[in-house]
Amino acid sequence: MQPVRKVVEPGAPFGRRLFVGVAGIGALGIVIGAKVQRFEGRIASAIASKGGGGLAALLPGANRFRLYSVTGSFPVIANHQYRLAVSGLVEHPRSFTLEELRALPRIELTKDFQCVTGWRVPNVHWAGVRLADLIDAVGAREGATAVEFGSYDGLYTESLTLAEARRSDVIIAYEMLGAPITSVHGGPVRLYVAPMYGYKSAKWLKSISLVPTAIPGFWEQNGYDVEGWIGRSNGRDDAPVD
Amino acid sequence: MAATTPPSTKSAPLGRLVRFDGAERFVHWSTALLVGALFATGAILYIPSLSETVGRRLLIANIHTYCGIALFVPLLVALAGPWGAGLRRDLQRAGRLSYPEWRWLRRLGQVEVRLGKFNPGQKLNTVLLGSGLTVLLASGLVLRFPGPFSLNWRSGATFVHDWFALGIVILVAGHVTFALSHPEALRAMVRGWVTRSWARTHAPRWLAEEVGEEESDRSPAATTAANVSPTSEQT
Repeated sequence: MQPVRKVVEPGAPFGRRLFVGVAGIGALGIVIGAKVQRFEGRIASAIASKGGGGLAALLPGANRFRLYSVTGSFPVIANHQYRLAVSGLVEHPRSFTLEELRALPRIELTKDFQCVTGWRVPNVHWAGVRLADLIDAVGAREGATAVEFGSYDGLYTESLTLAEARRSDVIIAYEMLGAPITSVHGGPVRLYVAPMYGYKSAKWLKSISLVPTAIPGFWEQNGYDVEGWIGRSNGRDDAPVD
Repeated sequence: MAATTPPSTKSAPLGRLVRFDGAERFVHWSTALLVGALFATGAILYIPSLSETVGRRLLIANIHTYCGIALFVPLLVALAGPWGAGLRRDLQRAGRLSYPEWRWLRRLGQVEVRLGKFNPGQKLNTVLLGSGLTVLLASGLVLRFPGPFSLNWRSGATFVHDWFALGIVILVAGHVTFALSHPEALRAMVRGWVTRSWARTHAPRWLAEEVGEEESDRSPAATTAANVSPTSEQT
């Protein structure tokens, strides 16, 4: 029986140091990653504006949509089955088909999409109708001061004051980046509130209701600000969308 | 003859050398399975066109979470008991790098170094995978259980999780590429053992550790011919 040889591997213990180093970078990234990401986003925008859009799109973190859903699924609604119900304090409660929405005056916007969790997608093109036009089409009644929104996912809710809802950069969108809005992005019809964080722009928009006082929406009940102005709420200082 | 076989090769037939014992192979393949599931579910969650095709987001996210939480369980189980002696020893090997090995790494293997059980690239891969997956687990936990963390940290965790995932995907792609282009090294992780002639070429210092200097030097002439069978080497 030969003795068990216990040979120590020669060299320096680089493994432990490297492990601690990598873990340290990870921990630092969690703490300051939000700032780095904003910087990275600016670089990626600069690359994209010089024609390197494909390269920028490969980078994780910056300039790309993240898909959120509070129910764990993406509602799929066929175009011909889609209805937007408008009710509450209005003269003529009714619902709109997709065709009826498309028949209203079309508006196009190209703006950054800013999420409250830090990511920002620059220059997203949207097409749809002004929420103001929709409200005028049904006629707001005396006493209506706010607007509540419901989603086809059955859970998500949002709200705006009536004054906010009448802004020209608040739209009912049916096109995104030159194509019908896909299910994961909230299609066929979603709200797009340009000056506010993404959580205000309810996806799979199902209902609009004019009310005297709005019940705070899904995320507002979980701590987000009701007035979700980009750069002026939720403790963040992102550049406003213009 | 069998009675004098060194302990580390006792479970391998003559002329063969145990490279990875059962515990090590269990850790490797169960972790590989989990990482594969994490890649697949992560891609579905991350790439919009895949998300749309697959749907079932909550289910996919749950699979991703549980695979992530289970990621280090096989490793910890293997390390916890006496069955983990080989694994512990190999982790110590992987964690040390000599100056000549460092030169080997910088010159991408184009220098002559008498290598031990693992080449410097394998050592680096081991440490980077271990540390990178640890960071992914930590940032993933922040994302999954965001309650106690500020919005800023959650953003940071998203950022870290994405970039580290990209890094791990690249590492694993490299690992798999090397494995497929080195079939005998891959077989060592499947069946557990390598031939002495393989060890003499790829891990001469390890061979000497296992069988002794003289033994490892003694019979190169007998085994350089490819058709010499392992058993004839022993006679």
